[in-house]
Amino acid sequence: MKHLVIIGNGIAGITTARHVRQQDSRVRITVISAESEHFYSRTALMYIYMGHMTYAHTKPYEDGFWTKNRIGLLRGYVEQVDTLAKRVRLSDGQWLDYDVLVLATGSVSTTFDWPGLTASGVQGLYGLPDLERIEQFTKNIDRAVVVGGGLIGVELAEMLRSRHIDVTMLVRDTHYWSSTLPREEGKLIGRHLLRHGVDIRLQTELKEILAGPRSADASGRVRAVVTKAGEEIACQFVGLGVGVTPNVTFLKTSGIELGKGVLVNKYFETNVADVYAIGDCNEFRDPVMGTDGTLRKPIEQIWYTGRMHGETLARTLCGTRTAYQPGVFFNSAKFFDIEYQTYGTMNAEFIDDEQTFYWEHPAGEQCLRINYRKTDQSVVGIHAFGLRLRHAVCEHWIQQRTPFENVLSQFDQADFNPEFSESYINQLTGHVPTRKGWFKRLFST
Amino acid sequence: MLTIWQRIGLTAFLIGFALFIATLSLSRYTLTDKVLSETVSKEQLDAIRSATASMHGKTYTSSFGFVADYRTAIARLNEAYKQRNETNLLIPDYAFLVTKSASTGFFPENSQLFFWLSLLLSVGGGLLYILPTQRELPGIKNNGIYHSPATNRGWIGIVIGTFLIGFYIVLYFFPEYLTNWVLMFDPLSRLLNGGPASQWFVYGTLYTLVILVMGVRMLIKYRHSRYQQLRTLSVMFFQTAFAFLIPELLALFHQPAQDLKNMWPLDYSFYFDYRIDEKIKAGTLGMFMLVWGTALWLLGVPILTYFFGKRWYCSWVCGCGGLAETLGDPYRQLSDKRLGAWKLERIVVHSVLVFAVVMTALVMYTYLSGQTLLFGFLDSNGVRSVYGSAIGAVFAGVVGTGFYPILGSRVWCRFGCPLAAYLGLVQRFKSRFRITTNGGQCISCGNCSTYCEMGIDVRWYAQRGQDIVRSSCVGCGICSAVCPRGVLNLENDSITTRQTNPGPILLGNNSFRIQQ
Repeated sequence: MKHLVIIGNGIAGITTARHVRQQDSRVRITVISAESEHFYSRTALMYIYMGHMTYAHTKPYEDGFWTKNRIGLLRGYVEQVDTLAKRVRLSDGQWLDYDVLVLATGSVSTTFDWPGLTASGVQGLYGLPDLERIEQFTKNIDRAVVVGGGLIGVELAEMLRSRHIDVTMLVRDTHYWSSTLPREEGKLIGRHLLRHGVDIRLQTELKEILAGPRSADASGRVRAVVTKAGEEIACQFVGLGVGVTPNVTFLKTSGIELGKGVLVNKYFETNVADVYAIGDCNEFRDPVMGTDGTLRKPIEQIWYTGRMHGETLARTLCGTRTAYQPGVFFNSAKFFDIEYQTYGTMNAEFIDDEQTFYWEHPAGEQCLRINYRKTDQSVVGIHAFGLRLRHAVCEHWIQQRTPFENVLSQFDQADFNPEFSESYINQLTGHVPTRKGWFKRLFST
Repeated sequence: MLTIWQRIGLTAFLIGFALFIATLSLSRYTLTDKVLSETVSKEQLDAIRSATASMHGKTYTSSFGFVADYRTAIARLNEAYKQRNETNLLIPDYAFLVTKSASTGFFPENSQLFFWLSLLLSVGGGLLYILPTQRELPGIKNNGIYHSPATNRGWIGIVIGTFLIGFYIVLYFFPEYLTNWVLMFDPLSRLLNGGPASQWFVYGTLYTLVILVMGVRMLIKYRHSRYQQLRTLSVMFFQTAFAFLIPELLALFHQPAQDLKNMWPLDYSFYFDYRIDEKIKAGTLGMFMLVWGTALWLLGVPILTYFFGKRWYCSWVCGCGGLAETLGDPYRQLSDKRLGAWKLERIVVHSVLVFAVVMTALVMYTYLSGQTLLFGFLDSNGVRSVYGSAIGAVFAGVVGTGFYPILGSRVWCRFGCPLAAYLGLVQRFKSRFRITTNGGQCISCGNCSTYCEMGIDVRWYAQRGQDIVRSSCVGCGICSAVCPRGVLNLENDSITTRQTNPGPILLGNNSFRIQQ
């Protein structure tokens, strides 16, 4: 391999580039991106809008890092991949040859064919251009509608509320994020959203977006949405948070086989030699199985997944063909003030073979759930809201199929809350707290 | 969006603050025999009186004219002494005391009215502005920090920074223009320590008030975090009791005024001759202070830092830290995170530590041997006065605090404090403290690095699954508080469990293992 070309400078593409450079000091590496000159953390987009950080703060590496590590950065949009001649064409007409091509093109916001979708002021949130448009669309407005009860939806709601914009949130199901969360947790988040002034409308779906009159050079400005129940909700902005779709349309004529995403095997190999796909944009032909024995989704659009793809592919590219083998599933998010961490398998609907342990703090803003098999009592999943858990400990318990009783009785090992936090461990186990003397508390761990 | 109470509070604060500044120009100044006999030494009274004869009875409307004429007269007199080689007769600088005493008119007679009016308006207004933030739900609310010109190095920040820099320059180098403030604080000073106020008493009182008011702001802002609350209460307590009240009361009982939580080498004059003599003269209590102050840095620092990291001092006890964690909190994000800043920091802060040690060694040598020169050229008096003005005044005060709104709240602690450097060495090499990174959960968002007041690129470590073991970390815990994914935690545990060598891949990916 003389020239490695990576399309996409997100977490997947950049992790590949960094890890290849660590193992191979000679190969030429070029990372192409249309979105930004440097790698930035997509997950921090909301914080730029909210004024917690500037764009510069979201760049995990100083600008000189790329020159120092001889990772070439090319700003441009790839319009065509010619796999026979092993080259890609950029939108400015320039061709770039590759020996190995890595597709790490990420996602685009999902839309449905709602009438009025093209109105000005309707916007998803995925990348920097989206953020710029949201900034323009939400200047001096006071009412917005967010469509979708998922992670992007709640981020959009939090962003808008930080600017004191009234938000109505349309959620298709009977509770928030029902595809992932059991009822209690969905309700808990729903209550929290209400406290933050989000007008959350359950079992409500978007039917149509109404726009004001068109001007000569632009589509009309959004003025309201209509729900399937026929209700009209006035608004000056519509945020779309109904998920993301692999960004692969530019590959339709390339001969690279596509499903919803770029189809790959467990080595991230596409049907074309020397072309690989990782991160949000790929789709496994045969779903991979985690080491905890659970099948992963064929398309897993998660930051951590992109990173793990990059770590693994780099090894293959450097000569050791390595199959992707994720460990125990994990993910995290934050819903306004409530942090969320999840480990292992947590089904939204209970399955027969499983039992569940659920604890909720009386104040209703913290909870913990542990799911375990009926048969051998082994723990399969743990998630927490408003509590911090130790990744390594949770992973170990699930990987080792630790019985529920043992997990519960040793739960303090998984506690990752800051020092002096109110202890919830005794509430979990029902034990009477044993007080350590102040001296012991100060000088032991 | 400000509530009506916040608007009233802000207005009251600004009026009180403006009034406080304005008092500096409210006096008239007249030099009289009485003024001179109260302030200058008896032997020099006659000489000064005749030298300043042209000023007598004349009323000045500003301190600038008064100080200028007085200084010119004394300079002429001293020049004459020098020409006659009578350097033993040279007049020391009495400008501050003379100006204070020469103050006349409406202001000195009504100084308490101005004192209470300006203080109540500023403190009350400040609290009115701060307290309504309670209505927001608890949690990290850094909304708009980079949109506001007060906190993003915008024009408000530059105005505040310019004021603070000016304040420190006048305080350290031109206190004779602050005599009206000192007059206002005289009654409070007499109540606490039995004597008249100095500019340092004014500064100490304002410093404590600022920590208390801005401490209330911290308590509200972090009311969801007990670590932050306890830490804030701790710095408020140590400032009020140890830095302010106890030394004043010690002075009231004619004991050496000592801040018992401060220590060498931050307290760089601890081993100066006059402070040692003062303690020896004070008997048992003085000896105790000498032993306590020495034990604090000799034993306290290594032992406590081994168990808890340097945070036990820097973000829980220290006065400079106390100001940084309260007044400085709105500016913490402005610290420089670049690699270059870290390199500069290591050179500068350790140089200051070496400077402090050498300076103190020279001072001790002089104290014990009576010789001021070492190797024929190192003059301990010269070295110690350079340290005092360059490090003690300019670095710690003018740069350290003056530049809060431009360079962040910990410039002194990071680049200049010799004690922080010493604590940092222990923390880096021999401490149970570390900030733990939680497996593979980091999303590289950058909140931790942005809000690190010490300019540590926390994310660099977090995103590679490495624990943060850095000599500069003061353990304020804000990185952990602002982390949206629960990745960072301040912990004390056996030194061998500090993860400073991460594996090739992060937790959660089992595709391969590399034998280490």
